[in-house]
Amino acid sequence: MSTKFVYVTYIRTTPQKLWDALTKPEFIKQYWFNMTQECDWKVGASWKMLFSDGRIADGGEVLEIDPPRRLVLRWHNEFRPELKAEGDSRCVYDLEQDGDVMKLTITHSSERDNAKLIEAVSGGWPRILSSLKSLLETGKPMPLSHQAPKT
Amino acid sequence: MDAVFRALADPSRRRLLDRLQAQNGQSLNELCEQMAMTRQAVTKHLAILEAANLIATVRKGREKEHYLNPVPINDIAERWIGKFERGRLVALADLKRKLEREVK
Repeated sequence: MSTKFVYVTYIRTTPQKLWDALTKPEFIKQYWFNMTQECDWKVGASWKMLFSDGRIADGGEVLEIDPPRRLVLRWHNEFRPELKAEGDSRCVYDLEQDGDVMKLTITHSSERDNAKLIEAVSGGWPRILSSLKSLLETGKPMPLSHQAPKT
Repeated sequence: MDAVFRALADPSRRRLLDRLQAQNGQSLNELCEQMAMTRQAVTKHLAILEAANLIATVRKGREKEHYLNPVPINDIAERWIGKFERGRLVALADLKRKLEREVK
């Protein structure tokens, strides 16, 4: 067995704008709890998620990248010992055009049963995706997206 | 948003979402267990939930796995919850859960 969550959102935007929103730090920061990401966005590149004060929250590596369609990250936690101990998870972003909207599917999984890392991020993903949708469709992120969820 | 409210208006569909929350990724066969209705009826309810984007499905061999997708419910929540209310609402929900547990 393993642990897996799948999140889907439909956003009225273009493939390129959605890709930029997912990979450009200045974009990410606007809808992702004030956090940002550092990465060269090529296969094998190291990937980091940073708190606004510069501490590392999560780390990993780009496993697959096919702009603007698919991104696969190896993802592990860095700041909570009990989550860090679980090791790697896998996060897949799939971007598909569906008429005049983009379908974004996030699949976050771990080989472990009842992985705490996947449960911990499950509080965050819906809020990140709601805010991303709002940012791309209206130019404004959700006001709540700057408060990190209680985990 | 209309599709989400229509999908949530039915108690059987809410029960299917509860079952996925308890255990995510179940197949149609697994979801049919404990539901007092035909397989066809469960399939129809799942299609309505998927059309409302409340569940996401992943093909696995001949079966489909069903995942609860809370994103549309979060969109609704954020629409009517103000910037400073969220913390208080979480506290109230915690209090309600705690008190109701004590009564049982």
